[in-house]
Amino acid sequence: MGYLIEGESGDWEVVVGLEVHAQIISEAKLFSGAATGFGAEPNSQVSFVDAAMPGMLPVINEHCVAQAVRTGLGLQAKINLLSVFERKNYFYADLPQGYQISQFKHPLVGEGTITLDLPDDATRKVGIERLHMEQDAGKSLHDQDAVRSFIDLNRSGVPLMEIVSKPDLRGPEDAGAYLRKLRSILRCLGTCDGNMEEGSLRCDCNVSVRKVGEADYRTRAEIKNLNSVRFVMQAIEFEAVRQVEVYENGGKVNQETRLFDSAKGMTRAMRSKEFAHDYRYFPDPDLLPLEISQEFVDGIKASLPELPEQKKERFLADHSLSAYDAGVLVAERETADFFEAVAEGRDAKTAANWVINQLSRELNRSGESIENSPVSSQDLGKLIDLVSNKTISTAAAKTVFAIMYADGGDPAAIVAAKGLTQITDTGEVETAVDNVIAENPDQARDVRDGKDKTIGWFVGQVMKATGGKANPKAVNELLRKKLLG
Amino acid sequence: MPLDEATVKKIAFLARIKVPEDELDHLAAELSQIIGWVEQLAEVDTGAITPMTVVADMTWPKRDDTVTDGGYAGKVLANAPEVKGSFYTVPKVVE
Amino acid sequence: MDKLIDLDIARARDGLAAGEYSSETLTRAHIEAVEAARNLNAYITETPEIALAGARESDVRRAKGEALGAMDGIPIAVKDLFCTEGVPTTAGSHILDGFVPGYESTVTKNLKAAGAVMLGKTNMDEFAMGSACVTGHFGAAKNPYQGPDGKDLVPGGSSGGSASAVAARTCLGAIGTDTGGSIRQPASFCGIVGLKPTYGRCSRWGIVAFASSLDQAGPMTRTVRDAAIMLTAMAGFDPKDSTSAPVKAVDFEAALNRDIKGLRIGIPKEYRIKGMPEEIDKLWKKGASLLRDAGAETVEVSLAHTKYALPAYYIVAPAEASSNLARYDGVRYGLRVPGQSLDEMYENTRGRGFGKEVRRRVLIGTYVLSAGYYDAYYLKAQKVRALIAEDFREVFETVDLLLTPTAPSAAFPIGEKMDDPLAMYLNDVFTVPASLAGLPAVSVPAGEDNFGLPLGLQFIGKPFDEKTVLRAADVFQAASGFGSS
Repeated sequence: MGYLIEGESGDWEVVVGLEVHAQIISEAKLFSGAATGFGAEPNSQVSFVDAAMPGMLPVINEHCVAQAVRTGLGLQAKINLLSVFERKNYFYADLPQGYQISQFKHPLVGEGTITLDLPDDATRKVGIERLHMEQDAGKSLHDQDAVRSFIDLNRSGVPLMEIVSKPDLRGPEDAGAYLRKLRSILRCLGTCDGNMEEGSLRCDCNVSVRKVGEADYRTRAEIKNLNSVRFVMQAIEFEAVRQVEVYENGGKVNQETRLFDSAKGMTRAMRSKEFAHDYRYFPDPDLLPLEISQEFVDGIKASLPELPEQKKERFLADHSLSAYDAGVLVAERETADFFEAVAEGRDAKTAANWVINQLSRELNRSGESIENSPVSSQDLGKLIDLVSNKTISTAAAKTVFAIMYADGGDPAAIVAAKGLTQITDTGEVETAVDNVIAENPDQARDVRDGKDKTIGWFVGQVMKATGGKANPKAVNELLRKKLLG
Repeated sequence: MPLDEATVKKIAFLARIKVPEDELDHLAAELSQIIGWVEQLAEVDTGAITPMTVVADMTWPKRDDTVTDGGYAGKVLANAPEVKGSFYTVPKVVE
Repeated sequence: MDKLIDLDIARARDGLAAGEYSSETLTRAHIEAVEAARNLNAYITETPEIALAGARESDVRRAKGEALGAMDGIPIAVKDLFCTEGVPTTAGSHILDGFVPGYESTVTKNLKAAGAVMLGKTNMDEFAMGSACVTGHFGAAKNPYQGPDGKDLVPGGSSGGSASAVAARTCLGAIGTDTGGSIRQPASFCGIVGLKPTYGRCSRWGIVAFASSLDQAGPMTRTVRDAAIMLTAMAGFDPKDSTSAPVKAVDFEAALNRDIKGLRIGIPKEYRIKGMPEEIDKLWKKGASLLRDAGAETVEVSLAHTKYALPAYYIVAPAEASSNLARYDGVRYGLRVPGQSLDEMYENTRGRGFGKEVRRRVLIGTYVLSAGYYDAYYLKAQKVRALIAEDFREVFETVDLLLTPTAPSAAFPIGEKMDDPLAMYLNDVFTVPASLAGLPAVSVPAGEDNFGLPLGLQFIGKPFDEKTVLRAADVFQAASGFGSS
């Protein structure tokens, strides 16, 4: 049925649209040659153009245009060969020009789609309305002084893509899935690093509610500057409930901008007076219309990497993985690459298992990313080989892996050093099994009487007797044969 | 269409220019006269004409993606009326 | 000493080359002339030290046989709209109090690189908005010509200070900017030559922006030859200005071959406006006849939308200005008037910092871009602009040049038309069409009115055809005997 809010008067549907501002990966700013890196000394990455000094003029960074086109292609969207930069006029301390150079009537990219990965292997296509390029504003610090705000213009002029979804999302889960997928596509394409903590990916969400079955959209509120997926989901959850309550109490939802208080998990209206903004958009007379050629677009298309969606389909087809496993592996390009290296010439399901479970668990625990994994894909592959050629048991492999992760080392060497080579000599194992059965006639009778669980106990005894070197699966089979016939 | 004082006040706020109360009246009259005069453009048949937003007839000039500017905070801040450390300062904004 | 200030650029070039005098001597003579003419209020900032330093460097170069060319060692004046590094730049406004640019405009950099020497920054209408040079914060500049009853006359605007400085022989040439006639009209009022090049011919980088799609830098000189020499030094593609035309450098002086046989000159009938003073009409006819005597053909042509040029201009220019002037907010440079809040600071600073004409135009501009009015005003004006440009394009298929009056009157007394903005705007009626179409146009002194006050005629040419414009103007100036040749 989807995400619904149960109100007193019936069920309510939540309608969400997301506007994501993604900082384009580039060395220099969109219209000036200043640097874009994060965390520099205040106002040290500011040119006279960024500071809006008298007489300064913008000149566009071609690489940024290519990055935006690349992103549009990654979103299966229409690329507009002619687009126009317009000025969005308003006053704020971090907007030195008194206008932001953006795109309004003629954006660079038109409609596209994103496929959401939902629980239970479900997927759903969600519409992208448009993508356009614009300048970022500087940063204001309001908490450094009692009566003054501090302005740092390093971020002023940094290139952004504004990606606007259609209002096709229906709740916090959808929003989370959308953001994760979008982030994964941007990172795969190399057009944005998707780092929400550092602000290179910011999300505004438009939330409204309506009774199930209503055709039209009701008034929406905008919640600005959410900088984590978790906060986006929490904000939507809170805001939707708030709006339902307003309606059910006979009130009206205002079209307004709200902020999310992450400490309290609530949204609140902005304190400053909300004037209806009249941005007085008009084409920027300092710039020419952006006309790109089909060749330019085709060149970028030809150089696109495999996108998460395509990779997932390929993994499903080639490796017969489950949709869930495939989805997890393609979420980050580095994970997918690691997996493919491990899976080369090996059983894909096994490789997936190790990457998704053992490796990811350890990486999460130590806070490492897969690019810096202490266990390389080659070594993990070698470890898997040792299991598949029966040199060690799976249980032993887990021990070896833990050692490799903590201290490094070659798997074969560790096996030898720790004496973990499993006993493959069936005669030796059979002897051990016979001995254990002989020494434990009561338990043997229990098994014959149907107490299946006792087999597990027997396996444990045999493993103890063989110093852990027998293959548990083989031992189990042998026991069953001998005890049950 | 003449502009009344309320409209002038609204426009003046959009433009962040303080107009003393006693000047509003006269200013509204002046602006009304100018707007009334430019309205003669309505006489011109511009049906299918594309607006001339660009005078120069050429392809868009572009820059390479290299850092060629910035890194001179001192010069950038040199003309600022109020500075604290390396920041510009303004009256505090409360959101 | 008097002899030296009676020279022009071309003759000074010859004199310097022949060693008749040094640049230092030449410059000192002009520094004295600047001081002696202070009552004209043509200069906002005098820079004698910079001028002398430049002159000395020029002499050193020349002694080594490394003279840079025609402009080397020539003392000029610079309109205070050009940002000059280390030298206060005001744009004639209170709001730029204390502003000293940390960068040099491209045009003044080019002139400096050609060896020209800066005597000072000249007076102007505030932010180039005006046609009398009376709206500037530093008071009105005066025309060296006086009215019949000894009244002080306006030098025209907005480049009134530059025009006055040249006409009063305080400099051998000056630079101004022209948005709707701001070089040509003051040139006409002061009896000198003033050229507005094709839009894109000279870089706008570092020129305090008024109306981006109209502003152009240009020379103001005593002779057409001088204007050609200065333009050669000023012009050139600038990668820092996205509207700078990628055309090759040209030696404009080389085009002055004093031959206009067979040149087809159009006389646009719509420029004969109701109420036009008879003496201007007579002068216009006389001018046409002079050109025919020199071998050109004249023919009546029609530019059907001429009368709509002025209202279209007074929508487009203020609209662009309202956005370009948003950066003057008291945050990063110039005047700051305190306020309790950010908005109050903005309002106080801009309310106190802008003069009445600037305020009028910024408000008009804000209005015509605002919600609900954009289509009826701004969009409509840009469409009319397209029609005006088309009129010129069509006419230029049958003629090479157009001849028109420059201004609808001679210089008028300071104080007149102050209470009537529209009356002031009508000064631009003949100059604005060429501005809207981006065409090159020059005003040449052509005669005097009944009170002995200068009257000019205007030549308008095809895009990037300054060579033909200058060639015809040069022949005309020689034939009419106004201004030294």
